[in-house]
Amino acid sequence: MNTWTYIARRTLYVIPVILGVCFLIFVLFNVFSPDPAMIMLGKHATAKQMAELRAELGLDKPFFIQYLDIVKASFTFDFGRSWSTKQEIFQMIKQGAIPSLTVTLPGFLLSTLISIAISLLVAFYRGKMIDKAVVFFCVAGMSISSLAYILFGQWFFAYKLGWFEISGYEEGFPYFIPYIILPVIIWVILSIGPDVRFFRTIILDEVYQDYVRTARSKGLGENHIMFKHVLKNAMVSIITYVIIQLPFLILGALLLESFFSIPGLGAMTLNAINSSDFPVIRAMTVLSAVAYIIFSILTDVLYTVVDPRVRLH
Amino acid sequence: MSTVVKSKSLWKHAFEQLVSDRMALMSLLIVIIYSLVAVLSATGLLAGNWADEMGPSYAAPSGEFLFGLDIFGRSVLAKTIKGTEVAMSVGLVTALISAVIGIVLGAVAGYFGGKVDEFVVWFYTTFTSIPSIMLLIAITFIMGKGLVAVYLALGLTSWVSLCRLIRGEVIRHKDREYVHAATAIGGNDFRKLFKHILPNVLHIVIINFSLTFQTAIKSEVILSYLGLGVQGRPSWGTMIDDAKLELARGVWWQLAAATLAMFVVVLAFNILGDALRDSLDPKLKGK
Repeated sequence: MNTWTYIARRTLYVIPVILGVCFLIFVLFNVFSPDPAMIMLGKHATAKQMAELRAELGLDKPFFIQYLDIVKASFTFDFGRSWSTKQEIFQMIKQGAIPSLTVTLPGFLLSTLISIAISLLVAFYRGKMIDKAVVFFCVAGMSISSLAYILFGQWFFAYKLGWFEISGYEEGFPYFIPYIILPVIIWVILSIGPDVRFFRTIILDEVYQDYVRTARSKGLGENHIMFKHVLKNAMVSIITYVIIQLPFLILGALLLESFFSIPGLGAMTLNAINSSDFPVIRAMTVLSAVAYIIFSILTDVLYTVVDPRVRLH
Repeated sequence: MSTVVKSKSLWKHAFEQLVSDRMALMSLLIVIIYSLVAVLSATGLLAGNWADEMGPSYAAPSGEFLFGLDIFGRSVLAKTIKGTEVAMSVGLVTALISAVIGIVLGAVAGYFGGKVDEFVVWFYTTFTSIPSIMLLIAITFIMGKGLVAVYLALGLTSWVSLCRLIRGEVIRHKDREYVHAATAIGGNDFRKLFKHILPNVLHIVIINFSLTFQTAIKSEVILSYLGLGVQGRPSWGTMIDDAKLELARGVWWQLAAATLAMFVVVLAFNILGDALRDSLDPKLKGK
């Protein structure tokens, strides 16, 4: 199969997956969920009030139409209005995206760079004490609840020592910086464990390949082999791993944002959960699913373009 | 008289290797101890009095109260033990649910191929496209809050990686000679799949089981923080959640106890999982 046919086929696969995602969301939120009219009005509502509200929310429409509405929204991004704030959801998402990105983007860039550097180092000293120690610390670090990191970090470094802002946010370029430093540091600490483990495995996969033995046998130095040969080949997997995380950056950091009162999409989602604001939860679910699907196809395509060894099927 | 040297089976070999690895052995011991504590707590033999007021509110850790007391003067140690019961049951049930779904769907898709396979692949692609935190939220909304909802939500969101692995392995195995041999002696599909092929891919299930187990324990904490977790009984998640308001008053022991309890068992599962992978999957040795 040639590359273009593959890309076309892969792209077309988006359609059944999006339809499936919408169906799943529809089943979860529209069919099985407890009646939202009941949640919003409480148990003392009259039947008439309930019926009016259900009509207003579009819940009296036939299931098939409700399903089509979700499918339509996943292409037009017109998600309607929030039940609790009455704002247009698309506007809310646009407002929340920037604060979210000010935390997630620096966190993501820093943690990826640091992790790659550490993994190269430990792959270089594979099997030695430093390699074992780093791997152990990664596993140990991953065994602590992320909530504990956030709670302790906020309490100790912001509240006790007063090095950082405890919580809050200000819009605009230099003003937000003091508020994001601690969340970004915590993000980096949370990500390093899994990232280093993953990158180390990828790099070690390459270290034992034949071409490395060839390079060594023709007398190349270990440094040259590590950076010129191994890193280049490992880059394919590293880039795919990095790209597939991008859609989640836009979604923000659920826990970090809520702890540090950063008005991003993560905090918005959390508020929606607490107030049973279905349209917002549904919108965020659709949005993240669509972003994930697009990025996973992007990585697939990239993989086939960059690495000619990948077989197409 | 000649002696017959019987070759060791994979399982025997793996067991011997596991036992010779001191870290793995210790981790196994820790998991067994936690399981015992959970069982004793469930039967009421241990920490049955967790709800009793033992002393003043927020008494600091001392010789009398090893881990201190909480806001209602309840023993943090007893709550941590009660939480062990919740954590271990959440880990076990979640891992069981995800193993059953993952094995059945993965095996059927890999073995039968064609339309069945396409459907299963589409199904799990759809499933993974939705962030699991959103699925968790939706499922707990539907089920109502409580332990059963936590089991189901975590079980239903953690089967995909196992399903993928099993599918891939079954595809590799289904044209092997031993399967053809089974066909030749009249074995039907069900027998070939579950009696012949599955035992050969079982090591993947075991490695995945320990991974799912500890991920579930960690997820329970997040669910509790979101207010969607276990209700009306202590869990490590609710204890860590309580600490949100306690830390500013200098009350650190509830956070410390729950975090430490969780850290030890999750680390043990992580080390055990790695050791299992090394001993059961010879291809991965040393990575």
